[in-house]
Parts: sequence; C-alpha cells; structure tokens
Amino acid sequence: MIRFILTRLSLLIPTFIGITLVAFFLIRLVPGDPIETMAGERGIDAARHEQLKKEFGLDQPLLVQYGIYIGRVLQGDLGKSIVTRESVLTEFQNLFPATVELGVCAILFALVLGIPAGILAAVRRNSIFDHGVMGLSLTGYSMPIFWWGLILILLFSVQLGWTPVSGRIDVLYYIEPVTGFLLIDSLMSEEEGAFLSALEHLILPTIVLGTVPLAVIARMTRSAMLEVLGEDYIRTAKAKGLSRFRVIALHALRNAMIPVVTVIGLQVGVLFTGAILTETIFSWPGIGKWLIEAIFRRDYPVLQGGLLLVGAIVMSVNLLVDLTYGLINPRIRHTR
Amino acid sequence: MRAVDGVSLKLEEGEVLGVVGESGSGKSVTMLALMGLIPFPGRVKADKLAFNGRNLLTISDRERRKLTGKDVAMIFQEPTTSLNPSFTIGFQLTETLRLHEGMDRKAARRRAIELLEQVGIPSPESRLSAYPHQLSGGMNQRVMIAMAIACNPKLLIADEPTTALDVTIQAQILDLLMTLQKERNMALVMITHNMGVVADTAQRVMVMYAGQIMEERSAADLFASPQHPYTAALLAALPERSEGGRLATIPGVVPGLYDRPKGCLFSPRCAYATEHSRNVRPALRPWAGGQIRCHYPLGDPERDAHIKKDHLVGTEAAS
Amino acid sequence: MTTETMEAPAVTAPTATPPHPLREFWGYFSANRGAVAGLAVIVAVVLLAVFADVLAPHSPYITDTTIALKPPFWQEGGSIAYPLGTDPIGRDILSRLIYGARLSLLIGIIVVTVSIVFGTILGLIAGYVRGMTEIAIMRLMDIVLTLPSLLLAIVIVAILGPGLINSMMAVALVILPHYVRLARAAVITETSKDYVMAARVSGAGALRLMFKEVLPNCTAPLIVQASLGISTAILDAAALGFLGLGAQPPSPEWGTMLADAREFVLRAWWVVTFPGLAILITVLAFNLLGDGLRDALDPKLKR
Repeated sequence: MIRFILTRLSLLIPTFIGITLVAFFLIRLVPGDPIETMAGERGIDAARHEQLKKEFGLDQPLLVQYGIYIGRVLQGDLGKSIVTRESVLTEFQNLFPATVELGVCAILFALVLGIPAGILAAVRRNSIFDHGVMGLSLTGYSMPIFWWGLILILLFSVQLGWTPVSGRIDVLYYIEPVTGFLLIDSLMSEEEGAFLSALEHLILPTIVLGTVPLAVIARMTRSAMLEVLGEDYIRTAKAKGLSRFRVIALHALRNAMIPVVTVIGLQVGVLFTGAILTETIFSWPGIGKWLIEAIFRRDYPVLQGGLLLVGAIVMSVNLLVDLTYGLINPRIRHTR
Repeated sequence: MRAVDGVSLKLEEGEVLGVVGESGSGKSVTMLALMGLIPFPGRVKADKLAFNGRNLLTISDRERRKLTGKDVAMIFQEPTTSLNPSFTIGFQLTETLRLHEGMDRKAARRRAIELLEQVGIPSPESRLSAYPHQLSGGMNQRVMIAMAIACNPKLLIADEPTTALDVTIQAQILDLLMTLQKERNMALVMITHNMGVVADTAQRVMVMYAGQIMEERSAADLFASPQHPYTAALLAALPERSEGGRLATIPGVVPGLYDRPKGCLFSPRCAYATEHSRNVRPALRPWAGGQIRCHYPLGDPERDAHIKKDHLVGTEAAS
Repeated sequence: MTTETMEAPAVTAPTATPPHPLREFWGYFSANRGAVAGLAVIVAVVLLAVFADVLAPHSPYITDTTIALKPPFWQEGGSIAYPLGTDPIGRDILSRLIYGARLSLLIGIIVVTVSIVFGTILGLIAGYVRGMTEIAIMRLMDIVLTLPSLLLAIVIVAILGPGLINSMMAVALVILPHYVRLARAAVITETSKDYVMAARVSGAGALRLMFKEVLPNCTAPLIVQASLGISTAILDAAALGFLGLGAQPPSPEWGTMLADAREFVLRAWWVVTFPGLAILITVLAFNLLGDGLRDALDPKLKR
C-alpha cells in the first residue's frame, strides 16, 4: 500500500511542476510589461518600476526567475492582489470554505440521488424508469448550468418566492467565521434563524452545481451496475439462493462502486468549473467568483495564485480518490 | 431464438449424469434453466420442471431460492471469475451457511474451515481471509466446490468444472468431485465437452447438439455401441480411439443463428444424411434403453434399407 | 459431393446471410429513438444556420428602443411580428437565435476540427515515437486534464484577451487531450497487431502506415468523440460568452445573449429563457447523437 501511494505521488510531481510553469508564464505571456500588468491600470513611475523589477527579479534570466518563483511558492508566498493589496493566499483561505461548502453539498446531492437512480435504472433495465433516468441524466449532462441557475431563480425566487436570489446568508445576520462553513458557524452562533437562512441560500446553488455530477454519477452507476450484473460471480451469488436485494445491494454494488468512485474523483474538476459559473450567478463569495473578478480587474497575481492552488487541490483530491480506489478494490491493494 | 428445445431428462438420487456436446450446444443453458439462472432477456418455457417432487414452475421465487444453493447447487467453468473479487473466501463461504442453515458467525466459520479441509485446501483457517485473486484457479475451484456442498445438496451441477484449469489439476478436481459424490450420495450432473471425463465419471450420458438432446443412455451402453451418428463421431474423435495415428474430426461446425437446418440439426454434418433427414426433424423417442433423436439409429437392423429408401446424400466423415 | 452438401444448408435457411455492415449500423442506430431525434434536431439547426438570412424575420443587430422588451406573441402585449419577443434594446430574439445557431455550429465544428487535427497528430507522434516525446506530450495533456476546463479557458482568455476567436482557441485546447489519448491508444494497440506488422514488413513507411492502416481503424471512436466534442465546445464557448470572455456584444452568440439578459431576469423571463433553451437543445442533440453513434459502432455493446 505504501508503495502504491509513493508511485501515485511520483506520478503527480511532473504534473505539478507543469502547473507551476503554466502559472509562472501566465504573467509573462500577457502582452505588455509584467510590472505594468501587475501595477494595474493606474500606471507607475520609472524609479518605482526599476525598483519593482529588481524586487521581482525580472532583470534575471528566465530560469533564475522561475527558481525565485518556486522558492516563494514553497514558502507560501503567492504574491499580493493588485486590487486589495492583500496576500493571495490569505484571500484564498478566506474564500475557500464557501466554495468547499457549496461543492460538498452539491456532490452529496448528486450522490444521494444519482447512485440509487443508477442502480434502479440498471436493475429495471429498459423499463420506463430506466429510459426516464437516462433521458433526464443526458439532459442534465447537456445543461448550460449558467442558464439553469437563472431559470431556477426565475421559478423559485421570482415566481414562487421560496428561495433567496443570491448570497450565502441573509444580510440581517453577521456570523463570525470560525470554520468558514456557514452551515456550521450559523448553528454555533445561536442566532435565531441564521442556520435556516444559510440553508435556504444553499438550496438553489447546490442544485445548479450538482446537476452535472448528478447526471454523470447516475449514468456511470447504471452502466457499471449493468456490467457487474453480467459477471460470473453474480450468477454464483444467485446460485447460492441469495435474495435479489442482497445480490444487488451487496455483491453487485460493491464492485460497481469501484468505477463510480473514480468518476466522483473526476467530478472535482467539473465542480470547480461549475463553481465559477454558479458563484457568478448567485453572487456566492467563493473562489470561482474571486477568479472571475480577478480577470476583469486584470488582477494577475490573484489569477496566478488561484490557478496554482486550484491545480494543487484538484491533484490532491485525485490522489485521495486513487487511494480510496485502492481501499475498496482488493485487487489493487494487494498486487501493487 | 431458441437456445435449447425439446429437452427431456430425469435424474435419480445418487446418480451421475454426464452431459456432453460441443461448445454452444446448450448444455449449460439447460442446467441454468433448472437453477432458475437464465440471464435477461431469456425465458424458460417448459412443460414440466420438478425437483424432489416439487414443481419448480409454480413455486414462488422465495420458495425457489430456498432450494437453490441448498438442495441444488452448481459450480462453474471459470472459478476465478465466479467468485466475487471484492469479498474474502470466508465471507462468501459463510454467507451460504448463514442463509440456508441459519448458523451464527462462529458456527459458520467453524463449518467453513471444515468444508475447506474436506475439499483439500491446506491451512484452511488462514485462507478464510484471502481474496479470490490471491488463490490459484485450482484452489478457487475447490472453494467453489466447498461453497456448493456447504448445505449438503441433493443435486450438484458441475458446469465444465475442469476446463479452465491446468491439466494436472483437472484430475484432482474430478477425483474430489467423485469422492464427494459417493460419500454424500449426491446426484451429480457433469457438463463437459470431454468424452473422456464422462467415461471416467458418469453412469448415464446425455449427448446434446445445437440445443437438442441427440442421444441419452447408460454410459456403458453408449460407449460400447453408440446409436446416434453424432455420438459415434464424438467417440471416434477421442485420441485413445484414433486409428492409424490420425485424429478423426467431424466436418463442419455447429449451426449458428442464421443457418439452422430445416430437418435434423446434425444433417449437414452427418455421414448418413438423406433427403428425408434434411427436411424432417426427427423427434426424441425411446430407443435401446434410452432416448434418441435420429431417423436411422446405428443399431437399427433395418437401417440400411431406410437410408436407401430415403436417398443418401451424407457427408463422408473425414478420418 | 462433399462441397455440394456443405453448401446445402445455406439454401435451406431463408434468413441465412448476415446483414451488410452499413445497414447493420443503421439498424442499430435507428433503433435508438433518442439518437434519431438528436440527428433530426441537428439537421434542423444546420438548416436554420444555413438559411438564416432567409428565415430570420428581422436583422439580429438593428435596435429599436420603441419596441424594447416586447413579450412573446402568446402573452399580452406581444405580437406575431416578434414571435419570441424582443430584448432590452428592441432586437428580435428569434432572429438573434437563428443567427446564433450559425455561430454555435461554427464554434462547435471549428473547435472540434482544430482539436482533432492537432490531437490526432500529437497522439500519433506519441504512440509511434514513444520514449521522451511520448512522456512530454502525455504529461502536457495530463496538466490540461487536471486543471478545471473553464479555469484553463479563462487563463488562456486572460492571456489572449476576450473575444470569440480566442475563446474558441481556449476551448480547442481544453478538449485536445481526449483526441491525443484516443489516437495514441489506437496507435499502440494497432501497431502491435499482425496486419500492421505485415504492412511494415512489406516496406510501408511510417507515415503511410499511420494514415493508411492505423487511422482508419480509430475512426469509429474519433467520430463518437467528435460528436460529443462539438457539444462540449458549444457549451464551453457559451459559458465563456456568458462570463463576458467569449464573443462580445452585439454578437448574437447564445451565451453572450444570456449575459446581456441576466439583469432582466426579474422583469422579462423570455430574454433569459430562449437563448438557454437553444443551447440546451443543441447540446443535448449532439450528445444524443454521440451516444447513439457509440452504441451503434461499439461491437461490445451489441447483443
């Protein structure tokens, strides 16, 4: 198992170096002078320009510059936002929990609905239910979620008035961030209604962000189940006289979950993509909205740092999924 | 599309029946039907399907599941894929015991160790926590056998139990099966495409071709004087019966989905086929202490006359 | 005599011959009602795009504030002259959608073509040359796959600047790895097969081998991936348009239309609803088509 982890880790290193290269060249590839790019639109005087150039090591050869950059990254210095003058890492840390909260809710939503739907569709193959699940999941997979969000707002917030339009919690409440997860913080704050308000604000973003993963998980569960149900060991299980439920829920599901876990891992990238759109629609103060705003403010250090951090997080989650995969699949655990 | 039709078969307690035929002849499907394991979208349409006096066609699924795995058990061709890769041997073995015998965890574990011992697995206690991929094919087949005999079945169906195994292991597994059969007086159905295996084990033999029974008789009679041309051809193809060092073969292949003959299914490959047998499918009828599906059984004294009358067109059996 | 009797059974069975491959393919494909529906929608969208000049009742660009935010014809205040209503500056939504079909199809086709061409070339090189070249190419693709697709597209747009062409390049890069992997896997499996060996022995050059022997054998998965790729391209380009990073106003690109309409969500549902519906239907059609193609072309799933 330890060797398995080490091989996986060693595979990730080149990818991570690649991502640092992309982030490093991001600022240098933007047309124009990097200092002026970093200074923003206000401009900068010549003396300060020279001083900054030295400070950032821009007078050095590219390789040395990259070395300096890596050195800073390893020390946790990802630069400062041009707009807020705040450290990029600090800003990220402040906003990240909002995105995680939304992402976790979305993936839970997708799992809770997607896995049972996929199993039932596979078991009742070619039934109306199966066709319905497959049709809906392909629709979900094709969904432009930025539009989906607007339609849900139109329906539930504007027409029915059930859910709030945007934000994480009603402006009435001020919750001191402890964990950064508003659901938890609002519960601990003992402010009446705060938790409900946070929950209300989560519903629509969760559905919007969870739609694509839900579709993918339902489809994947179904096809994995169908494949497993045709395996010899399922025939054996039936030949033992086990109940249909036990055959499906234990013997088939355990094996069918192996590819599904991989797919869930791959959804992390999809979730970030979705988060950028969802947070923009619902003014959700998370990483996605932060990055989009950074583009429009030409806040390149934020973009650079965000890219690096998001890349690192996606890679870590993928590693985690790989390890889980090893845990639930005994064949991998023992052979590597 | 009918995978199997016109199969009629009876099995007594403690009897060993060999079912032989080429790949795709419907041997396994027949037995899966008996187990109620026909995969989607297949269906079983039988006039009678009974076990131990109980009609399997009318009892509920729940009742039926009480029989399968307990009184009727089955082992399969590929031991390694037939065991669930995600569960330990111990779990898969005790599962049956706990379900059918109502044993608790401890009792089931003790019994599982006994069973593994009986099927000749060394250090059974440590094997309980092993996964199927950690054992060899032969060991896995022993585990499958242990699972099948766990609840003392009255009937054990072995579907090509040795085909996927190494030659040296094959004999061991067959020996094991035969020993267990005698000890427990189980009825045993041995499905195989290997005539040699049948000769060593079976008391009665059923020869299947393209989903139909061609001949069914006691093993001794069948081997001494085969009645169906197909059986005769199968026997002639045995290495130990080859003459002059060359193996006899049966020309042609088993008919597929698109080329089922109108008459006797074996007629395209039969050395004695006539215009009549090409056009009229023979019925399964009692013959010489068993059953046969042939217009011209080899032991029929008036055979030559019939064939002459019906105009011989048969293929020369290559030898 | 032997041969004569061996041929006989073919005559006795009336449905003896298996069907022709193309007919068999169409048989499988047309049995999939979703795929046929997808194909029908795509044909319709293509026709709309081609004949946009004739079909669109109005210009997609001319503004007229006197008729701003007219609802669709079935609602009070709507008129049949503007069947799906007008946007905040008085442009006919239907006409903009029809012209938008042209843009979306172009985006999908160009992006996928660029991606397939570069992806296949890179994949063929990686699979054929192996060694360091392969490692370098595949690692690069891993990076592209690791980063969330929209984030990567945003970064590229940030470097190149917003706009339709730049966003198309970004999307093309994002979907590139699929084709590289496909082509590389095909090369590796195919080159180990006997017929390629035979061609090589008979003196076929590497290029000839790639294009005559290997490529035709991975066309089926490429076609499927292309169909699915077009849907991804349309969706991602629309997302970039929605974020204001893709096609710029007044372009009638569907995502860009949605971006303009966002602030009117409370007052005029139609400006928001229709462009998104157009995206959803088109993307769904390409996905249905891709699924149908895969099922019909993949012999493993044939039962």
